[in-house]
Amino acid sequence: MVLWKPTERQAVTSIWAKIDAEGHGQDTLERLLIVYPWTRRYFDTFGDMSSSEAIHQNPKVRAHGKKVLSAIGECINRMDDIKGYLAPLSILHSDTLHVDPENFHLLGNCLIIAIAASFGEAFTPDVEAAFHKLMAVISAGLSRQYH
Amino acid sequence: MVHWEATERQTITSFWGKVDLAAQGENSLQRLLYVNPWCCRYFHKFGDLSTISAIRKNSHVRAHGTKVLSALGDCIPHLGDIKGHLAPLSKLHCETLHVDPANFYLLGKIITIVLASHFGAKFTPEVQATFEKLVAVVAAALSSQYH
Repeated sequence: MVLWKPTERQAVTSIWAKIDAEGHGQDTLERLLIVYPWTRRYFDTFGDMSSSEAIHQNPKVRAHGKKVLSAIGECINRMDDIKGYLAPLSILHSDTLHVDPENFHLLGNCLIIAIAASFGEAFTPDVEAAFHKLMAVISAGLSRQYH
Repeated sequence: MVHWEATERQTITSFWGKVDLAAQGENSLQRLLYVNPWCCRYFHKFGDLSTISAIRKNSHVRAHGTKVLSALGDCIPHLGDIKGHLAPLSKLHCETLHVDPANFYLLGKIITIVLASHFGAKFTPEVQATFEKLVAVVAAALSSQYH
């Protein structure tokens, strides 16, 4: 079980209270698809993602970004058992979506950069540390049911 | 040899012109030491690095952060041969400083986050991709003389 210090919980929840699942979700997923272009292979049904412009205008990217960020929000509501909460999603990513778990770290990285760009100086080193830990725990939870 | 698109070169030089080497250098090193505490072992002579406030007050951290970011900036006029340009520094990190090269990639990731925090919305996915490429090339070059 992951141990969270009160300061870490506070850092995560206070930033998350100001997160816009749709706006930050779109930013995060766009960054993933543009900076790590091989990740587009998992989203064949999204249509045109051939350029940054196409990705930016793609409504499925926006919708899916919101879905992903909402799921992360649910993890934050259950910080003491992220592994348990993510078990069904882990099975889905392994058995149905066949996503290489390495990509979870990349998404975590993109989310942190999206938050840094949005919050600027409020994204202090201790807040950053808490989010690195959170995304590592989420990546581990999502990888846990792989076989 | 690394190939750089004209747009990538342009992005690097125009953004780097607006980087404050002391402020962003200090910020980057603070985050490296706080988020990845094992890195403190390389900086014993800096004195107290045990807490985030100690790290923030430490004048060696500011001075060294400036030095590291200046060295990164010095690579920019040599984009066509960063590996050659950094060969002496690579030997130093291997033979004298004994730094695990994995830490170069960690610092690169941190520098990207600091730049995102500094530039905000201007740090678009395309700019992120360019800087992730630059820090990866620098990390690889710093590792190249290891034996």
